[in-house]
Amino acid sequence: MDVWASIILSICAASTPLLIAAIGELVVERSGVLNLGVEGMMIMGAVAAFATAQVTGNPYIAAVAAVAIGAAFSLLFAFLTLTLVANQVATGLALTILGLGLSGMIGEGFVGQPGIRMESINIPFLSDLPLVGELLFGQDLIFYLSIALVIGVSWFLFKTRAGLMLRSVGDSHTSAHALGIKVIKIRYLAILFGGACAGLAGAHLSLVYVPQWVEGMTAGRGWIALALVVFASWRPGRVLIGAYLFGAVTIGQFHAQAVGVPIPAQFLTSLPYLATIVVLVLIARNRRLTMINTPAALGQSFVPDR
Amino acid sequence: MKKTLFALAASAAVMLSGQALADGHAKTKACFIYIGPTGDFGWTYQHDQGRLAVEAAFGDKVETAYLENVPESAEAQRPIEAFARDGCNIIFTTSFNYMDPTNKAAKKHPDVKFEHATGYKRESSNVSTYSSKFYQGRYVQGQIAAKMSTTGVAGYIASFPIPEVVRGINSFILGAQSVNPDFKLKVVWVSTWFDPPKEADAAKALIDQGVDILTQHTDSTAPMQVAAERGIKAFGQASDMIKFGPETQLTSIIDDWAPYYVERVKAVMDGTWESQDVWHGMDHGSVVMAPFTNMPDDVAAMAAKTTAAITDGSLEPFTGPITKQDGTAWLADGERADIGTLLGMNFYVKGVDDKLPQ
Repeated sequence: MDVWASIILSICAASTPLLIAAIGELVVERSGVLNLGVEGMMIMGAVAAFATAQVTGNPYIAAVAAVAIGAAFSLLFAFLTLTLVANQVATGLALTILGLGLSGMIGEGFVGQPGIRMESINIPFLSDLPLVGELLFGQDLIFYLSIALVIGVSWFLFKTRAGLMLRSVGDSHTSAHALGIKVIKIRYLAILFGGACAGLAGAHLSLVYVPQWVEGMTAGRGWIALALVVFASWRPGRVLIGAYLFGAVTIGQFHAQAVGVPIPAQFLTSLPYLATIVVLVLIARNRRLTMINTPAALGQSFVPDR
Repeated sequence: MKKTLFALAASAAVMLSGQALADGHAKTKACFIYIGPTGDFGWTYQHDQGRLAVEAAFGDKVETAYLENVPESAEAQRPIEAFARDGCNIIFTTSFNYMDPTNKAAKKHPDVKFEHATGYKRESSNVSTYSSKFYQGRYVQGQIAAKMSTTGVAGYIASFPIPEVVRGINSFILGAQSVNPDFKLKVVWVSTWFDPPKEADAAKALIDQGVDILTQHTDSTAPMQVAAERGIKAFGQASDMIKFGPETQLTSIIDDWAPYYVERVKAVMDGTWESQDVWHGMDHGSVVMAPFTNMPDDVAAMAAKTTAAITDGSLEPFTGPITKQDGTAWLADGERADIGTLLGMNFYVKGVDDKLPQ
């Protein structure tokens, strides 16, 4: 394989789970809900995907199971924060802790078993094209889904009536409620979507990235996804840039180390975080536009007055 | 979040502890602090196997408890002290950077015995340190790598630039050079002990940069899996990882803590426990090589011979002449490294293609 193609494929693999989890959380936050449980939902997706793949032998059924488990897990958060009006920050943290523990328990019997890989697709002729063939037409299905999600969410949020309603709920739930928009219902759906995305991101980890199950294998990726949403100032396109920048610098710095670039390794390993923050802050330096993009009702509980 | 976890774990530990045996003798309680999850199938997994061996050896005379995923920072002091207050008689803290928290906790709890793995500070008489000479296994791996590699370059996924890791890298290259004096080693630091995706990324980068043998000083099986995918050979770490690379793993250094843990818990029961510093190797069975697989018979025979020589003490990896990376002489011909230098090793020997992070 061509080295450059191989490097770009590594970057795609590193960026895809961050991108999917972040784009899901973006929709949640645009509806005015802060769900800090991304890490927990992601790892539940990872264990669900791994277990399902072991049982059924089919990685595609496994990915669907991960999406379902991620969504089901987020439903717990939605019920607590929307119906019972619990504090979103505390509930989200609890969801992460619960997810990490529960996944460890569910996955205990699967530790030390080699996983089933979701193979890359192969379109005759197209996948064999020189240079671009493998990159454009020879990756795994979840990669294509991640790109479709960015385009789909972008279109939904800014070009559809439903997207406008969702954003209005995120900006001012009382006004939206006064206009007759069903605030709670929209937030329920947004949270479910976020959970489904986090589950799919987890499936990518345990089916494509490293086809195995180990406790805590998300290793903080849910938190990085959360940070990406904020630094991308709630814009899908910027989330894409941020995720790929993070992935590219992560892979790039390993190559720099392997080549023997005389820069301290500690600095290089922290570079993905630094670079992503700096670039996204620079992109979002127009304060007024950032204010407009920030969901004003983010993190606030809503109790409809009758 | 961490605080909540610890508080929960601590209260659970309180509930479990405190039962006395019918004959009036309290159970001996051995407690373990782990850096990763017990299911990492590497470092922490092996420590937990040691804990299980303690349970198996003493049955209902002993009680064990453990905490997983304890961060390597000042934060670690809280769970260590929680264990000390909860009636643990002996506490094993199983990662290098628990060194200061362990010593601080030991001063506050003089009645509790503390055992710190891979460290060197024993600030009070109730602290012991213990480690294994994993570097002995690295030397064997280096020799195998030099025989098996066609590119003459191996890749090394390293965690943090602490003496133990540096020692492993040096021993590996010395072993390789004993077979092929021009052998090269590329090192990539990932700044984590356990992050499967990141370890996989590092493995891919090294392979793309032309290494055809992979070895790691991180705790997950991800690098082995990547090596298998890309069709190169690799060495496992801490436990036997052959399942993740049936046609990939050459051998693995297996840490066997069980004999030591059983011995030390027994010493607490007998009242003979004393502060000590042990550094066992292949001779005590605490460093074990997994079967030599996926290599020609002559290479396997060489590896077995080297292992035997290290075990009986006739071979020591750090024997002169050895030159440091910067070109200065370190050991004269036939001279063996002293333990102090080995334990505090902060320099590379010649042949490592990397600048050591300071």
